[in-house]
Amino acid sequence: MSGNNTFNLDGKTIAFEDGDTIMDAALRAGEYIPHLCHNPEFSPHGSCRVCIVEANGRQVSACTQPAMVNMQVDNSSDEIMSDRRALLQMLFVEGNHVCPGCEKSGACQLQAVAYYCNMLSPHFTHFFPLRTVDASHADTAIDFNRCILCELCVRASRDVDHKNVFAIDGRGINSQLVINSPSGELGDSSFAATDKAAHVCPVGAILPKHTAYDKPIGERLYDKKPISIVGDVAAHEQDEER
Amino acid sequence: MSIEEFVSSITASANNQPGHLLQYLYEIQYQYSCIPQQAIQLLAEKLSLTESHIHGVIGFYSFLHDSPRGNYDILFSDSITDHMLGSRQLLEQLCSTLGVTPAIPREDGRVTVDTTSCTGICDQGPAMLVNGWTIAGLDQNRIEAIARLIESDTAVEQWPQEFFQVEDNIQRRDILLSDDSNNGDALRALIEQGDDAMLEQIESSGLRGRGGAGFKTGMKWRFCKQAEADQHYVVCNADEGEPGTFKDRVLLNAYADKVFEGMTLCAGIIGASKGYLYLRGEYRYLRTVLEQKLQQLRETGLLGNNILGKDGFDFDIEIHMGAGAYICGEESSLIESLEGKRGIPRKRPPFPVTHGYQNKPTVVNNVETFMSAALIAIHGADWFSSVGTEESSGTKLLSISGDCEKPGIYEYPFGVLIQDILKDCGAKNTQAVQIAGAAGFTIPAAEFERCVAFEDVSSGGSFMVFNQDRDLLDMVKNFAHFFVHESCGFCTPCRVGSSLMKDLVDKVHSGHAGQYDLEVMRKIGLLMRSSSHCGLGTTAPNPMLDTLDKFPQIYEKRLKHSGYEPAFDLDAALQDARDITGRDDAGAHIRTE
Repeated sequence: MSGNNTFNLDGKTIAFEDGDTIMDAALRAGEYIPHLCHNPEFSPHGSCRVCIVEANGRQVSACTQPAMVNMQVDNSSDEIMSDRRALLQMLFVEGNHVCPGCEKSGACQLQAVAYYCNMLSPHFTHFFPLRTVDASHADTAIDFNRCILCELCVRASRDVDHKNVFAIDGRGINSQLVINSPSGELGDSSFAATDKAAHVCPVGAILPKHTAYDKPIGERLYDKKPISIVGDVAAHEQDEER
Repeated sequence: MSIEEFVSSITASANNQPGHLLQYLYEIQYQYSCIPQQAIQLLAEKLSLTESHIHGVIGFYSFLHDSPRGNYDILFSDSITDHMLGSRQLLEQLCSTLGVTPAIPREDGRVTVDTTSCTGICDQGPAMLVNGWTIAGLDQNRIEAIARLIESDTAVEQWPQEFFQVEDNIQRRDILLSDDSNNGDALRALIEQGDDAMLEQIESSGLRGRGGAGFKTGMKWRFCKQAEADQHYVVCNADEGEPGTFKDRVLLNAYADKVFEGMTLCAGIIGASKGYLYLRGEYRYLRTVLEQKLQQLRETGLLGNNILGKDGFDFDIEIHMGAGAYICGEESSLIESLEGKRGIPRKRPPFPVTHGYQNKPTVVNNVETFMSAALIAIHGADWFSSVGTEESSGTKLLSISGDCEKPGIYEYPFGVLIQDILKDCGAKNTQAVQIAGAAGFTIPAAEFERCVAFEDVSSGGSFMVFNQDRDLLDMVKNFAHFFVHESCGFCTPCRVGSSLMKDLVDKVHSGHAGQYDLEVMRKIGLLMRSSSHCGLGTTAPNPMLDTLDKFPQIYEKRLKHSGYEPAFDLDAALQDARDITGRDDAGAHIRTE
């Protein structure tokens, strides 16, 4: 019966398998749905909401919504793109994202998705939160100013590395990424640069040290082609390592 | 007793189950006025959890703290109805008498005075919690007395008993509140008629969830019954956090037996042997009474093994305490919280009826729903569905507060007109009614002929009255701040959107906003409504969107200009400099007028 397992995404017929979300099927078919907290290696999270689509008239996150037969999915209407822009703007003003001065610029998924969604300014009033930088670890630095709370590092450290180095503390707008160590610093934890958690951050929050500008501006991941073609940062991390 | 001994004793009482983490933390908080670092280390060892996980749980719940709050932790209820009764002035009075700054422990470590979200005492406020115990009916005299008791270091147990008196205040009874059935009648009917026939009764009664969402109770129970698993669970949602709601407090105080019997009825039908009552932390004072009720039910064969002598009808109920998190009223957050975690709403599907507590099929229903089910079992589906409307059978308990002569609990058949309710409770010159709480609907006078029912104005029970003298923007501001405090922080639109919204409401309220700000508020509100992860985020912008549509004048009269106003306020930006230099003279201010 798998022949009937299809839905419609912006006029294209997409096949899906039992248990697929809209995102799973779209990714397999090579269709891009903008996303930040989703990484196909991990169970869906659904927190950033950037992958919202309109499915049968209702807004849902594509990464968590099970695909259904004959579902009509709108992934690119003006309304959806405008809502995504607003969500991205919210992420930009919530933290301190200064692209021109960020070593991740050009290879940052947040920046690339914002370009893809045609976000031209942060629009909302900046929060300018007071956040810290943790440079205590020999190989990896954490700049909390750029964390967007996608919890990919939390999931990777828990589910793949089995180390539980990261957790979320606080509530609401005071939610924050924290590190599980006696001092609360990364250098004091069991984190290693070879951990999966070191290679999943979609922004410039978890950064390898000593390599910042090895690759010059202009030759970076998203400098020549958009994210819809290049794909996620995490998918290229392995290549970068080699 | 040392910290080690105390932590060991409380964890041992629950077999060191990590799922009981929140319950352990709750006990430790009230023993030590915070969760000491040593206790966190001990718990981490005993339960095989990371310390950061435990910190994360402490950080999520408002009533848990990792630094001491003092011998007296005082929290003024910060609901808009408390404000209307003068709570802010009383808070200032207490702070100045005690010499404390709000939210900061006094230097000698004796006391902290702070605010908390609605404590559910709106009909007899202003109210406060002192070390978790409710004090209603605050006035200047009572505040003076409280200040003296604190200064004389009198233990809270020694404070005058009348301070802790909370009234049921039932003003109107209908089929639920005039119940005079005997304990066990519903369960006897279940045994007599059998599970299937009884489930059909519940279904044909048309009973829908009383928490506000209105899902058909019989259908929920059937889905859960049909889900195959080695264990099913029944959970009663008594996390009554919607501002202005207090009817579950009254049901649990006066009709707990019937609520527990409704849970047991459900257990008998779906095949559960274990149930939980999730009681909001604000209702700490009810816990002992409820534990006693449970014990009586066990002793009379209405809980425990072989209930009413029926072989294999085994069910028992445990009380779990919440710790100050409105989001835990959402059923999947409540389940996460029951499992001792941060109350982050789960992804759906799967739904709790198939994958709930411990990933097992679970029915989560409101207090009033379980009581209604028990009475349907006794009196039959027709008895229930003959009351109310076609789509909303039965009655609804309303918690009425605000500008009226007789606040309290009113039970009405569904379909009752708002104007009739207002007449009954003695409301005069009413400008608006806020129905269903901060996440609900703002109803202007022109719509008072609408009715309370799932098909018209649906409500979990909150009914707050505002007369013509009130500035509704005060209400909007209160709700905007409430949602910033209560957003769980999981999804972007709710976490960031609620803060942006609050800042814009404040900007309007302080007279600094322009027309453009109202458009941005509307845009943020619609985005939160359509794209948030759970019901909190989708309903949080309701008060702003409703009042922008129906009460535009409350905004427009405060606008500085009709056009654009920058968010940056030159004079406010100098505040840090003024604080540092200790200056506040005219020369230390920039006049922008």
